[in-house]
Amino acid sequence: MAEEKMVSLTIEGRPVTVPEGTSILEAAKTAGILIPHYCYHPSLPIPGVCRMCLVEVEKAPKLAASCATSVAEGQVVHVHTDRALEARKGVLEFLLINHPLDCPICDQSGECELQDFTYQEGRADSRYRDPKRFNPVEDFGGDVIYVPNRCILCTRCVRFMDDLAHDTVLNVSERGDRALIGKFEGKGLTHPWAANVIDLCPVGALLSKDFLNKARAWELDRAASICPNCTQGCNIMLEVRDNSVARLKPRPNEEVNKYFICDYGRLNYRWINRQDRADLPMVRSGGVLASAEWEVAIRAAANVLREGRVSLVVSPMLSNEALFLLSLLLERNGGTGVFRVATGDEAPLPGVEDLALRRDRAANVFGAELLGFTRSDNPLESLADGDVLIIADDDLNGVDAATVSRARSIIVIGTTVPDSISPAVILPISNFAEEEGTFTNLRGRVQRFTQAKAAPGLARPSWLVLGDLLGVIGLQERFFLPSEVFSNLAQSRREFSGLSYDTLGMRGLPVLNAGQPVAV
Amino acid sequence: MGGVKSPDAASSSASGHDSGDDYRPVFYGSVSSELDTLLSRYPTKMAALLPALWIVQRERGWVSEGAMAEVASLLELTPAYVKGVVTFYTMYHQHPVGKYFIQVCTTAPCGICGAEDVVKSFLKHTGTGELGTTSPDDRFTVIEVECLGACGFATPVMINEDFIESVTPDSVPTLLARLP
Amino acid sequence: MGFPHKLHSRETPVLSEHFGQAEARSLDGWKKRGGYQALEKALGMTPADIVSVIKESGLRGRGGAGFPTGMKWSFMKPGDGRPHYLCCNADESEPGTFKDREVMRWTPHALVEGCAIGAYAIGAETCYVYIRGEFTEPLLYMEQAISEAYSAGLLGANAMGTGKRVDVHVHKGAGAYICGEETALMNSLEGRRGNPRIKPPFPAVAGVFGQPTTINNVETLAAVPQILMKGAEWYKGMSRSNPKSTGTKLYSVCGNVRNPGTFEVEMGFPFKDFLYDLCGGPLDGRKFKAVIPGGASVPIQTMEEADATLMDYEGFVAQGSMLGSGGVIVIDDAQSMVRVIARLARFFAHESCAQCTQCREGTAWTTKILERIRDGQGTTEDLDTLMDIAENMTGTTICVLSDSCATPVVSGIRKFRSEFESLIQGRRVFPAMAAVA
Repeated sequence: MAEEKMVSLTIEGRPVTVPEGTSILEAAKTAGILIPHYCYHPSLPIPGVCRMCLVEVEKAPKLAASCATSVAEGQVVHVHTDRALEARKGVLEFLLINHPLDCPICDQSGECELQDFTYQEGRADSRYRDPKRFNPVEDFGGDVIYVPNRCILCTRCVRFMDDLAHDTVLNVSERGDRALIGKFEGKGLTHPWAANVIDLCPVGALLSKDFLNKARAWELDRAASICPNCTQGCNIMLEVRDNSVARLKPRPNEEVNKYFICDYGRLNYRWINRQDRADLPMVRSGGVLASAEWEVAIRAAANVLREGRVSLVVSPMLSNEALFLLSLLLERNGGTGVFRVATGDEAPLPGVEDLALRRDRAANVFGAELLGFTRSDNPLESLADGDVLIIADDDLNGVDAATVSRARSIIVIGTTVPDSISPAVILPISNFAEEEGTFTNLRGRVQRFTQAKAAPGLARPSWLVLGDLLGVIGLQERFFLPSEVFSNLAQSRREFSGLSYDTLGMRGLPVLNAGQPVAV
Repeated sequence: MGGVKSPDAASSSASGHDSGDDYRPVFYGSVSSELDTLLSRYPTKMAALLPALWIVQRERGWVSEGAMAEVASLLELTPAYVKGVVTFYTMYHQHPVGKYFIQVCTTAPCGICGAEDVVKSFLKHTGTGELGTTSPDDRFTVIEVECLGACGFATPVMINEDFIESVTPDSVPTLLARLP
Repeated sequence: MGFPHKLHSRETPVLSEHFGQAEARSLDGWKKRGGYQALEKALGMTPADIVSVIKESGLRGRGGAGFPTGMKWSFMKPGDGRPHYLCCNADESEPGTFKDREVMRWTPHALVEGCAIGAYAIGAETCYVYIRGEFTEPLLYMEQAISEAYSAGLLGANAMGTGKRVDVHVHKGAGAYICGEETALMNSLEGRRGNPRIKPPFPAVAGVFGQPTTINNVETLAAVPQILMKGAEWYKGMSRSNPKSTGTKLYSVCGNVRNPGTFEVEMGFPFKDFLYDLCGGPLDGRKFKAVIPGGASVPIQTMEEADATLMDYEGFVAQGSMLGSGGVIVIDDAQSMVRVIARLARFFAHESCAQCTQCREGTAWTTKILERIRDGQGTTEDLDTLMDIAENMTGTTICVLSDSCATPVVSGIRKFRSEFESLIQGRRVFPAMAAVA
C-alpha cells in the first residue's frame, strides 16, 4: 500500500489518527463515537443534506457537517457541546413536524433511526400547531412500498439506485416542503438489487411488502448467517419469530457484499420454514418403514453401507462440514459423488466490484467441488446396479423412478424425503438455519453461519449425524462441536489448511491461504 | 396511510398523459436540428435538458410524461431523472393550461403595492374565479407567482411570453380585451 | 418599455448612462457609444494584467455577496490544461431587485463585452449567461446582441481576429430563485435540479462540468469594460466613505415610494438623501416606516437606521443591515410589517430546494406561524418559537436561503415587535383553539 498521509486530531477529547481525506464522522467512528446522521452512508456518495451530523469544531465560526468535512491536523472536534446538541435537536424537531405519529403502526418501530436519535437527543414535546403535510402511500414496484409522510428526504434511496444499481428510477420530486421521492409511471423498483433501499431507509418510509405488518422488530431473534440462495455468499442476519424465519437482512462485509443482498436472496426464505420436513429417524424393517431411535437408525444405515459401492447425490446447500464427512464416506467405500444445482440469470450490482446474484443458486457449490464432488445434470448417471444410493438432501425432482430402482438400497440423509422412493433408512437433518457450519463462496471464501432456529422434531445437525455414522463405521471419532469437524477438515484438505472457526470469525477468510490466514 | 397508487397504472389522456400509442415525438425535422445546435454548446448531453424542455413547452404548450420520456431517451437520461428536474422548475407546465397563462407577482414588494387586488381583478375578468384553474372556455389560467424581477414596476404580470409592467386592477380589462 | 425616470442630477450614471435609449441595444448603436474598444484592448493584454486592473479597481461582486472580483478571478489557475468556464449570473430573483434586467434590456452589449473580457481574463473559452426564464425581454435582447457580436466577428473561434476563442451562450432558467446561488446555478446549467453544492470543492477548483469556473453577477461584468478603458483609479475614485467600497451601484427602488425605479449612485452616498431626494420620498399622506435596503435577504432597517446609513458595504452593516443586491424595498406606515414578513417567508418556503432539513421544514413552518399571527390566530409562544426556529435555520445549512428566511423574521420581531404583539393580543379565541394552545 502506498504511503498514506495521516492526520491527527482530537474528537471529544480522544486522540484520533486517520488517513488524510477521512471525514470527521468516519474518524469519530474509530474513536468509538457515533455522530448521529441520516443521509450519509459509507457506500454512497456524500450528500451532506440532512444536517443531522453537525458538530462543533474549535476555531471554526459555523458548525460543521461531519460527514462532509475532512479532518485537519490538530483539529479539536466537540460532538456533545450545547451548541452542537441544540443544533441537532433543532434538526430532529424539524424532521418531526410533518412526520406522522405512526410508531404504533409503523414497521420500522424498534429499528428506526428517527426514534433512536430523538430519544437520544431530541425534544420531548412538539411545538408544531399547524396541519401536517399529507401524501398517499405509493407502490414503488418490486418489494417496496413508499410512505411519503414518513420520508425525511435523506435521498439514500435515490443515490443507491443511481450510483450503485445504475438504474435511476427514483428522483426527488417537487421543491421545498412539498418534496418527496418520486418515480416515473410504469417504471418501478424492479432492479434485482432494488430492495436494499428498504434497509437503507432510516425510517419507515420505504417498507418491504413481504414483511409488511408481519412482526415487530423487537420480537425477532437474530443470528448471523450466510445467504443460502447463490454462490456469492452475502453475509446476512436471519431474523426469526416463533421459530420461523421472518426475513433476511444483509450483514455488512466489506470483502463480499458491502451492505447489500439481492432481492432474490432476500425474499427466498420461505423454504427454510417448510413444514413437510423429515423429522424422525426411520428404518425399514420387514418391508415397513417405521420410526426408530437415533442409535438404531444410525446402526441400520451403517449396515446398509456394507452392502456395496456407494453412489452419493449431495446438495450444494450442505455445509463444508457435512460435505467433508460425506467425502470421507466416498473415500472409504469408493463410488461416485455428484451434486445438482439450479441455475438462473446472473444479476450484478454494477456499482460494487464483484457483487452479483450468481448463476448457481446454492451457497456451497464451490465447497462441494473442493471437497471432491462433481456437478452433474444427471445425478444418477453413474448409479450402477447394486449400489447403495445415499441421497444427501437432493429432492430428486425430475429423476426417473426406474433409474432409482437400480440401487440396492437407499439411505436418505436430508431435510425432506424425496417422493416415490423406498428408502431403507431416513436420517433427518437440520437445514443451514438450524445448525452451525461454514459455506465456501465462489471466490473461495469460507464463511461461518450460526444457528437461528430449532430443527423440527428429532432432526439433528448434519455434521453430528454424519459424524456418528462414520464413528459407527469405524472411520472417525465422534464429534461434539462443528468446529471440531472443521479442524479436521482443515487438517485434511490442503486448501483449508490454517483456517479455524476462530480465525474465520464472522468475516470469513479465503481458502488457498495455506498457513497464512489473515487475522480478522 | 391513505390509498395506494399502483406503479404501473395505465396512462390515460384524461390525466394529461400522452399514452404510449398516440404520443407524437416533438424532436424531428427542424426541431431536431435545433436540439443538435443546442447540444453543440455543452460538453455533456445532460446540460441540454433545460433548453430541450423549453422547446417541448414551446411546441406543445406543456411537458407531458411522453415528452419527458422522449427527451430522456434523446439525452441518454432516465424518464424518472427528467421528471425530477421538471418538477423542480416551476415554469414547466405538467398539464395543459389555458391559451393565456397569466402569472401575477404577489411577492412582498409588489404585495405592498396592491398586487393582491390585481390578482382579484384578473380572476374576475377572466372568468376563472380560482387560482390555478382554467376558465371554462379554455382561454385563461391565472396564478400567483414569486418575484418577477420588476419590483419597481408594480405590479408586473406575465401573459405567456409577454412581460407586462405596471398593471393595476383597472387596467386589467383593457389588457385582456387586447388579447386575440 | 419605457425607462421610468429621468436621470437625477445626483446620480452617477456609469452603467445606466444609456438606459432608455433603444439605439444602445444594437451593435452599431453600442459601438457609437464606445462599445467593444475595451474588448479589443483586453485581447491585446495578458489575462494576468486584466486581473490586476480589476483587483486594483476594488470592484466587488454586485449580486449580493460583495466578494472582490479581481481576487475571485485570480483563483482560476492559468495553464492547468483544463477547460475554464465563466458563468454570468443573470438569474436575478431576489425580491426587490431588478437592476440586472435593466442592464440586459437596455445595454446588452455592455454585458456581452464584459462577459467576453471576463472569460478571456480567467482563461475561459466559454461563457454561459444564465438568464431566468421569466426575463423574456432580456433574453431576447441578449440573444440578439450575441448574434450580432458573432456576425461581426467579435465573438467566436477568432474573436476580433486575435485567434483567441471566446464563446458566449445564453442559458434559460425555468423558475427557481435558488439558481441564483452560484453552485445551484452550476447544477442547473448541467441539467440537474438546482441544488446548491457543498463547498469545498470551490467553483474555481471544480465547478461546472467539474472544471474550474467563475460565476459573476451581471452588474459586476457590465462594469468591467469601462474599468478597463477608464482605469482602476477612476473607479476607485468613486468612493465617498470607505475605500473598500468603490465605484457605483445600481439600486432597484420599489415599494411605497414616489419614484420607484433604478438609480445609480457612488459608493457611500447618504441613504436619507437617496430616499427623500432621488426617490422622491413617501407617497401623499404617508410616512416611511421601514426599509429593506439590499433585497429580501438582508435585515430590515428602521428609518432611524436608514437615515444614518452611508450606502456602501460597510455602511449598511454599521446600520444593522447589508448592501446585498441593492434592492431597496421601502415600506410605509400604511403597511403591516407582519403581513410583509409573512409574505417574505412564503417566498422563501416556495423557493427552498428541499435538501437541508432546517430550510425545507423551517421555511414552511415559519410561514405557517406568521400567517396565523397575521390572521389573528397567533400566541406569544409563537414569537419565541419563531426566534428559535430562526436560530436553528442560521449557519446550519448548505446555502444561505435558510438564513435569508430567518433574517426578516429576526429583524422584524426585534425592531417591530409591537406590531406582532398587537395582532396576538387582539386575537379571537375559539373554544377549540383554546384547548390546543
